[in-house]
Amino acid sequence: MNLSFFDQFSSPSLLGIPLILISMTFPALLLPSLDNRWITNRLSTLQLWFINLVTKQLMMPLDKKGHKWALILTSLMIFLLLINLLGLLPYTFTPTTQLSMNLALAFPLWLATLLTGLRNQPSASLGHLLPEGTPTPLIPALILIETTSLLIRPLALGVRLTANLTAGHLLIQLISTATTALFSTMPMVSLLTLLVLFLLTILEVAVAMIQAYVFVLLLSLYLQENI
Amino acid sequence: LPAAVLLKDTKLMDVKLGQLGSWLAMRDFTPGGILGAMRRGHERYYNKYINVRKGGLGGLSMVLAGYVILSYMWSYSHI
Repeated sequence: MNLSFFDQFSSPSLLGIPLILISMTFPALLLPSLDNRWITNRLSTLQLWFINLVTKQLMMPLDKKGHKWALILTSLMIFLLLINLLGLLPYTFTPTTQLSMNLALAFPLWLATLLTGLRNQPSASLGHLLPEGTPTPLIPALILIETTSLLIRPLALGVRLTANLTAGHLLIQLISTATTALFSTMPMVSLLTLLVLFLLTILEVAVAMIQAYVFVLLLSLYLQENI
Repeated sequence: LPAAVLLKDTKLMDVKLGQLGSWLAMRDFTPGGILGAMRRGHERYYNKYINVRKGGLGGLSMVLAGYVILSYMWSYSHI
């Protein structure tokens, strides 16, 4: 019984051809490419407005050198957002539930921020390992703790995204199974479960958007420390 | 008297059933040709439903519904 609930996360394949590539490139079809018109169509206008909003929000705390990262951070945000939201449609596959993909996104980007800091301002970025004003006896322990927290950041980034999305999808499947199972015997309880399912779906939409944002925001924070 | 149209230039709706084999043989199945056909299909859909003055929800919804149906077909054996 338990095993069948996790089947939704197995990587889809058709006659041995992995379909995950299509699930990852499909969001690109939903974003129209911009042609040089003065008044664009509604979808392009929406997309332009949204990208402007996200880029301004992300790039405000960074100084001019950090603006080189604007393209990759904004496109990462749009990518994760669309993939998470598309995964909420019935029968679709969400690539971000796979830990492999999230770690593959988180690890190189985090490493890039770390190496940028170590290369351009080594003493300042090593100085982040010791917060100001710590009492002298505590210094060795705190350096160890801060190093651990630094090294665990990519794992945390990847696992956070995976766990949130996987848990949400699993909850939706469990509660909908409960609703259909209860419908024949106790319709009123089934109605209550249906209400819970409705609220959960709204939560899942919010979580999908928030998780994408958090991922990119944390990366920009790590960049701020190191740029 | 209308000029005779080459078989190469007829659209699929105008091809007679007997000519279907030779019409298919004349199409361009190289990767560049397939890419061009996909691009033409995409442009047709885009210019009809999305790139209009007052595009509605339908343009995007049809794409999403198609994606849901495609995913259902691909995951049918797991259900």
